[in-house]
Amino acid sequence: MNRRMLSRLVLAVVAVAVLAGCGGGNDNGGSSGGGTANGSGQLKGSGSSFQDAFNQEVISAYKEKAPDVTVTYNAVGSGTGKQEFGKGLTDFAGTDSLVKDTDGVPAGSFVYVPTVAGPITVSYNLSGVDKLQLSPDTVADIFQAKITKWNDPAIAKDNPGASLPDTAITVAHRSDGSGTTSNFTKYLTVAAPSTWKLGSGDTVAWPSGTQGAEKNTGVAQIIKQTDGGIGYVDYSDAVETKLSLAAIKNKDGNFVAPSLEGATAAMAGATVKDDLTYDPLNASGADAYPITSPTYLLLKNKYDDANKAQLVTDFARYMLTDGQPIAKDVNFAALPSGLQQKALAQLDKVQS
Amino acid sequence: MTTRTTQEKAAPPDLTGRSGGVRTERLFSGWTLATGFLVLAILALILVTTTRQAWPAFQDMGLGFITSSTWDPNPASGNPVFGALAFIYGTAVSSLIALLIGVPISIGIALFLTELAPRRLRGLAIMVVDMLAAIPSVVFGLWGVLVLAPLLVHVYRWVHDVAAPIPGLNSIFGEPVGTGRSFMTAGIILAIMIVPIVTSISREVLSTVPQANKDAAFALGATQWEMITGAVFPHSFGGLVGAVMLGLGRAMGETIAVSLVIGGATNITPNVFAGGNSMAAVIVQQFGESSGTFTAALIGLGVVLFALTVVVNLAARLVVRRAEVQLRGAAT
Repeated sequence: MNRRMLSRLVLAVVAVAVLAGCGGGNDNGGSSGGGTANGSGQLKGSGSSFQDAFNQEVISAYKEKAPDVTVTYNAVGSGTGKQEFGKGLTDFAGTDSLVKDTDGVPAGSFVYVPTVAGPITVSYNLSGVDKLQLSPDTVADIFQAKITKWNDPAIAKDNPGASLPDTAITVAHRSDGSGTTSNFTKYLTVAAPSTWKLGSGDTVAWPSGTQGAEKNTGVAQIIKQTDGGIGYVDYSDAVETKLSLAAIKNKDGNFVAPSLEGATAAMAGATVKDDLTYDPLNASGADAYPITSPTYLLLKNKYDDANKAQLVTDFARYMLTDGQPIAKDVNFAALPSGLQQKALAQLDKVQS
Repeated sequence: MTTRTTQEKAAPPDLTGRSGGVRTERLFSGWTLATGFLVLAILALILVTTTRQAWPAFQDMGLGFITSSTWDPNPASGNPVFGALAFIYGTAVSSLIALLIGVPISIGIALFLTELAPRRLRGLAIMVVDMLAAIPSVVFGLWGVLVLAPLLVHVYRWVHDVAAPIPGLNSIFGEPVGTGRSFMTAGIILAIMIVPIVTSISREVLSTVPQANKDAAFALGATQWEMITGAVFPHSFGGLVGAVMLGLGRAMGETIAVSLVIGGATNITPNVFAGGNSMAAVIVQQFGESSGTFTAALIGLGVVLFALTVVVNLAARLVVRRAEVQLRGAAT
């Protein structure tokens, strides 16, 4: 009995040692191979989960170009991302919302770099209805639980000729604080100013009859499960979950279904400010999809370490050039070329 | 086996040696005293630091923090409002449902295991119940969201239809929410989660009832049930309440599973089929994107939850003390 136990123990120890050895071997292999054309070192970023899919895709593509640079991005949410960036825990942050005084990032210490944009869809699940058009005021009233049945006159008015069932509407929203909520509610504040009363922000006071779920995938899950469900979901998750997407009436009065082209049209129609922040929500343009959310990287004006500044700008440059065609693979809209040039110029402001 | 017995023979307990001296005794009692105080110190420290971090929110809201049911971090008017009443309500209702469902089941299992089960079945049953405790809460939550809630919607609809003409009941079993994620679903998931702990403690408690008491009851002609109500319950009442309290503590503090199945709505309603939210769930949902007073308010929820747990425990202690005197008196 003793001997058997001993042999088991030895086996376990050997197994652990072998595993550890393997891990070490891989690390060595990683850092010894490849050139130093793009420097070497580590870059840490965190923030918006909205842009996470795009960032991860770019990061894995960047590994081939700069094998000695390890970039990590944690989708902890825009708010936490900004705080970690402000405390110097990360080298860059991803955010869907602009920096406020309370976010812990000192004004003037950072630059915005727009990377991609994504449509926020109004997704729904209603058996027998596969085409739905909604005007901003109707969307606002649905999400405020003023409209509770699918055959409400307001919905019928937006969808002439459609036969709508009297199914109860189940509204799904984000229960976690979210840049998607922030942009969706900001859109309603702009596009339906007289109807929308809940204000805008990462978290708003949704009516008591609505349902909350975590992350875009959680909201998508509710819609998928529930006949009569409706909610706002980012485009890539909505497409992935194969939800039905409502066409939204834009500023020019056209009903436009969410698409990457519609998002790019909205970006082209938005005015870009000097700090490169821009607001494509409810942008004008005949083909513009009105609920389009911008997303940015935050970089420091001045990094303490010259190498770090170099690494961060190299990575961001890659994201803005070679990374742009990747965007559509993960259902994000690439920057229009004008904005792309401005963003590249913005990188020159990053110094050490 | 052989080595153990020889070792035991080689080293008999040394009662006369130095190790049993007065100094060791003193060290021992000092150590236990210190660890005892450490628990108190940690509790106090948690309370003080969380309260201090939550202070901005308490100061802003005053008593409104626990009496207002408006929770709006970004209102159109500009001034954030943090009223936790809806979440306190959600915690209370979901935990209450959990107890109503979970406790009878747990005590039933415990009685079966201690009084009725054949020995072979006992081991198996204990193992299964304990395994329930090993399932991570997120798994319960996902199961609740993906499987249980969509199924329960149909049950809820049926119950709602049956209860519709009965006053009182029709407001408790109101219109079910389309997703099934509600106070009731949260309560049911919590009930499953508290069964293992309540069962295993109840079992321990019930097994301490002296055989002589039980035999005496039987000798007086009691049936099994009469023996249990007359001899087992009075002896173990305090312990059973303790078991229930531990279950309640777990139910009130449970976070992820509740967050997934309770529906995520700020809602105070007698309708158990409607969505709501609990304090622990709100903290985990909203902490990530919060800052400033909002963060303080979320920490404040933690303080309230902590205080509520303490109050409930003290109340339980009071109940136990009163009832034990009565029950023991009745039994003897």
